[in-house]
Amino acid sequence: MLILECPYCGVKAEETELSPGYEAHLKRFGPGSSPEEFEAYMFARKNPKGVHFERWRHAYGCGKWFLAARCTATLEVFGTYPAQSGEPPADLQAKIKAKRPNWEGYK
Amino acid sequence: MSTRLQKGGRLIDRTRSASFTFNGKRLSGFAGDTLASSLLANDQMLVGRSFKYHRPRGIVASGAEEPNALVNMGEGGRFEPNQRVTTTELFDGLTATSQNHWPSLEFDVGVVNNYAARFLPAGFYYKTFMFPRFAWKHVFEPIVRQSAGLGKVPQGPEVDRYEYAYAFCDLFIVGGGIAGLQAALVAGQAGSRVILVEQTAHWGGRAPVDGDVIDGKPADQWVKDTVQALEKLPNVTLRLRTMASGVYDHGYVLADEKVADHTPGDGRPRHRLWRIRAGKIISAQGAIERPLSFAGNDIPGVMLASAVRDYVVNFAVSPGDRTVVVTNNDDAYRTAIALKEAGLEVPAIIDARTSLTGDLPAKAKAMGIRVEAGRAVVKVKGGKRVTGVSIGLQAGEGAVLEDIACDAVAMSGGWSPVVHLWSHCAGKLVWDEAQAHFRPDPKRPPTNQDGAAMVAIVGAANGNLSAAAALADVAAQLGGSAVTAVEVPEAAMLAVWIMPQGAGPALKMKMWLDYQNDVKVSDVQLAAREGYTSVEHTKRYTTLGMATDQGKLSNINGLAVLAGALNDQIPNVGTTTFRPPYTPVPFGALAGESRGEIFQPLRKSPMHGWHEAHNAYLEPVGLWRRAYCYPRAGENHEQAVNREILNARANVGMLDASTLGKIIVKGPDAGRFLDMLYTNVMSNLGIGKCRYGLMCNEQGFLSDDGVVIRLSEDSWLCHTTTGGADRIHGWMEDWLQCEWWDWKVYTANVTEEYAQIAVAGPNARKVLEKLGGMDVSKETLPFMTFADGTLGGLPVRVHRISFSGELSYEIATPASHGLALWEALIEAGQEFGVMPYGTEAMHIMRAEKGFIMIGDETDGTVIPQDLNLGWAISKKKADYLGKRGQERTHLASPDRWKLAGFETLTGGVIPDGSYIIADGHNANGQRNTQGRVTSTYYSPTLKKGIAMGLIKGGMDRLGDVVEFNTVAGSTVKAKVVDPVFYDKDGEKGNA
Amino acid sequence: MRNPVSPLGNATFDGFCKIREIGPLGMISLRAKPDVKELAKAVKTAVGTKLPAQRRIEVAGDKACGWMSPDEYLLILPYAETGAAMEAIAREMGAAHHLAAAVSDARAVFRVEGEKADQVLAKLCPVDFETLAEGELRRTRAAQVAAAFWKDGDGFTVVCFRSVAGYVMGLLTHSAEKGSELA
Repeated sequence: MLILECPYCGVKAEETELSPGYEAHLKRFGPGSSPEEFEAYMFARKNPKGVHFERWRHAYGCGKWFLAARCTATLEVFGTYPAQSGEPPADLQAKIKAKRPNWEGYK
Repeated sequence: MSTRLQKGGRLIDRTRSASFTFNGKRLSGFAGDTLASSLLANDQMLVGRSFKYHRPRGIVASGAEEPNALVNMGEGGRFEPNQRVTTTELFDGLTATSQNHWPSLEFDVGVVNNYAARFLPAGFYYKTFMFPRFAWKHVFEPIVRQSAGLGKVPQGPEVDRYEYAYAFCDLFIVGGGIAGLQAALVAGQAGSRVILVEQTAHWGGRAPVDGDVIDGKPADQWVKDTVQALEKLPNVTLRLRTMASGVYDHGYVLADEKVADHTPGDGRPRHRLWRIRAGKIISAQGAIERPLSFAGNDIPGVMLASAVRDYVVNFAVSPGDRTVVVTNNDDAYRTAIALKEAGLEVPAIIDARTSLTGDLPAKAKAMGIRVEAGRAVVKVKGGKRVTGVSIGLQAGEGAVLEDIACDAVAMSGGWSPVVHLWSHCAGKLVWDEAQAHFRPDPKRPPTNQDGAAMVAIVGAANGNLSAAAALADVAAQLGGSAVTAVEVPEAAMLAVWIMPQGAGPALKMKMWLDYQNDVKVSDVQLAAREGYTSVEHTKRYTTLGMATDQGKLSNINGLAVLAGALNDQIPNVGTTTFRPPYTPVPFGALAGESRGEIFQPLRKSPMHGWHEAHNAYLEPVGLWRRAYCYPRAGENHEQAVNREILNARANVGMLDASTLGKIIVKGPDAGRFLDMLYTNVMSNLGIGKCRYGLMCNEQGFLSDDGVVIRLSEDSWLCHTTTGGADRIHGWMEDWLQCEWWDWKVYTANVTEEYAQIAVAGPNARKVLEKLGGMDVSKETLPFMTFADGTLGGLPVRVHRISFSGELSYEIATPASHGLALWEALIEAGQEFGVMPYGTEAMHIMRAEKGFIMIGDETDGTVIPQDLNLGWAISKKKADYLGKRGQERTHLASPDRWKLAGFETLTGGVIPDGSYIIADGHNANGQRNTQGRVTSTYYSPTLKKGIAMGLIKGGMDRLGDVVEFNTVAGSTVKAKVVDPVFYDKDGEKGNA
Repeated sequence: MRNPVSPLGNATFDGFCKIREIGPLGMISLRAKPDVKELAKAVKTAVGTKLPAQRRIEVAGDKACGWMSPDEYLLILPYAETGAAMEAIAREMGAAHHLAAAVSDARAVFRVEGEKADQVLAKLCPVDFETLAEGELRRTRAAQVAAAFWKDGDGFTVVCFRSVAGYVMGLLTHSAEKGSELA
């Protein structure tokens, strides 16, 4: 059972205090978007064996959504950061790259 | 015979006897006994029958690894099957019965399977119960059910209590032997928060039995001193009778504490399930001795050498007067020596090795014990107990050189480290050729959230089998002051997987690998011949290593035999996956406190007690319990519902609507936010006004609905469905936190702050006016408006909204006044004919009005346009959640099924779940369909069946007669009609 | 006006700890960011405490202010004073972006008192009580429902939703049964 530290309240919350929210950093496509864009927004999800960015809500705590970088194979957690982030923080990306030299990067 | 010795027994207290029954026979033992030791003390060699062949079985082991001696324990509400006698502490009044036999343990009909064994080979079930198909139900299944299963299912409700407890530590140490104790001492003295658990009732593990000397002291003394030192450390917690069941991600451990198994009925919880989060886990679980595979190794009286030693030293119980020891290693000589020292006979030690050089064989010989090198047990003689062994050459094919009379056999095939906790989260193993076992690979540990090693493993569990090596291992891994044990040099063991080496098929069919599942050497070899090359497949095909013991004794022997049959190396064959629990955990412990009244949270409205007191029939709505109807004496539910509807339509009814979601949305951007959330416009709603709105998900499918009211310039209150309250609040917060975080909007879920009561019916206004306190007239408070004020002296917000179609007020009051307001309304309403109505009346009344219900008319694939709700979708808005989704071609298609009303030609009710059939059949041979019913009821108001449903063409089909299917295969003809069955012009609600 | 009633009528249980349902207490959920300059004074005026830091609760007599999230505070005060406090908040916050909602009736409040009070909660909550600081407000779950608590005097004050008051009382009762002490 995972532990993730909520970046808002500092609690090292266990999985039962959290609710999952799937892939992070999706770009919303609304009216006017092409079928391909909308399909990507709605349905195309990464399923990597390795580094993954995902959304979690501290549901039984402060109620805030946050983002986590996690290895889906080993369950190593590289870091958590606020949901109000367009992309993973640069220092977190550097940390991941150092731990997983073969990681192809965030984009 | 097995018996109690006159003296000795380090764990028993001869001054305190305990009486118990086994199969109704009254027996007695001592405090400190296990059920196993006390059965043996009473010469109860035969304790059960095997699962498949119903062979007589006795006790093999002395601990958690016991495969055979499973009994039904206790009676009534404390009955529990499959309890291992070796881990059951004896207490006065214990009752146990043996399993897997009929009619009796001594005479069992099922033993016929034993004679038919050649017809019940590996994969028997798969091969036999295939064809013909009909035979499964009528022939095979009844037979399998009759003979399947270990033990009996408890019949009565459980009478004991269980609970969870959460704990946190730096180090969680499993195993209270000398390695675990020393590890705890080192870490505890260094200041770490330590929890040390031991599955048995005693500290010290095997060292005291083996006669080890530690720090110059007898092991018993060292253990006592160390436990005392640990008890003085405030940062160390010690727990006996606590079995670490599994290691999970990020240092999570489950451990089952048997709090009161040995003191039933003393008021304490029976078990406590610990949910532990550890910085690091240290496994010091020791090692388990392996049986040897020789013919007849399952006959009662054949035991592990270490178990024989345990019974003699710990409990002063001798399994036999004459015990033959058979081994491939030096350690088993300790058993021979212990037996001899206890004054018992050891006719011979049969050692598979040809050259014996160790100190222990020398000592045994010096004591006058006959030692035979290079020899094997060809077969064990006896039926329900051992009568002797036939001896031959280990290198031979089974030619008998000599028969030796004996009544017990102590066997040792070497030791296997307990690597379960290391392996649960993918710690890897290496094959240790010298000791012929798998041990942890220190280079490939399981890892935690930081990518660091999560589990360490020390002592015998790490392959360091002697006390000296185990303690050196602790020092090497954890440091601390050096503790030394006297090293007794042991010569190398010899891997022996089949005894004798060249045994033929007749012997192999009697060599048991897995006692519990009756898997023999011949079964594994057959599986290999039939192509089962993977150890995981072989396990499932043969059942090797399944059931309650999960192959603690059998796995290594089994996979070694498989490797031999495949002509492969053991490490290439590998092990099956180790999974929690380490030993079985009762369901009660897993359920914890979640039983009875607190099985799950039941949400209750402030008026819940009133509903119960007035005979409400309650139905679950999510976790809420809501009044479905209020039956009166002599009424069934249907009659009660019909009465409640007719009364609300004729007089006035009251509904507890407190469960409806209520969310405040406030801020400079709140209007803009609600315009994104709802399909229609909410930003232009006037203060004091109400508006019905729809919410969709991004795919465009309808997800919730409700009335929105505007409280002030910058604040709105959104009503959601009962089930939608938390979900929609979460949905709002998701968008505000993760997408539009620069918008200035706050939300607050105030669902439970207010009790809400719908007062509906022609007399509704009169009831409110009787209570008095505010103007609720049509002029001051017209339809779709609200006002704050008081009624009967209670603070209220009164909404003129209607889900019933009647003149209706929905009144909110702070929850702590809810009951007072409800009772005041009931009292005021007496003269106007008020009656409470429940959720079913609410459902039917809204259906009579053609109002949709989330979850009835919607199922996650329905868009508002399908429900003719286009009027609630803004055409002007550039964007709202779901707009893009609804533009997809298949959602905009005219072929979609759309809402209409239905009436049967006979006035009957269309069955729930019916489809509207169309011509022809689809590719699967099923009738084509053109729609389905979504809500269908008997309307007491209209005195006929009414329904809503989705049909291809929707309202364009008005007047068509269509056919609904029924489960019985017939069809029901119905006419497509307007779904608004009652008060089409809405005059009543507007009144 | 009639007296408000607590969900369980101030039920009690005596086990190895004492469980008491208290209240109703006045409670206000106040949402605003801590950098809004009006906020500190609004809280001070309403309940007399300073603004709590992350995960803290500031107590002043029978009033308190707890940190619930980076933009949410829970104000606690006598039930009858809730209306006046709401007005004070509205006055002090003025046009500053905020949301204040009375939630007194949406909650049930319990006291768990006794030397081993932490053990009662340790059976229900995935929380390390050894590292729970004095004056720390912890939001978590108690078995299957949301709960918040803090150490106060000889025990803990536990807050949950009103609708599950009976369930939480059941949990606390089960966990405080005599003979089930953890140590």
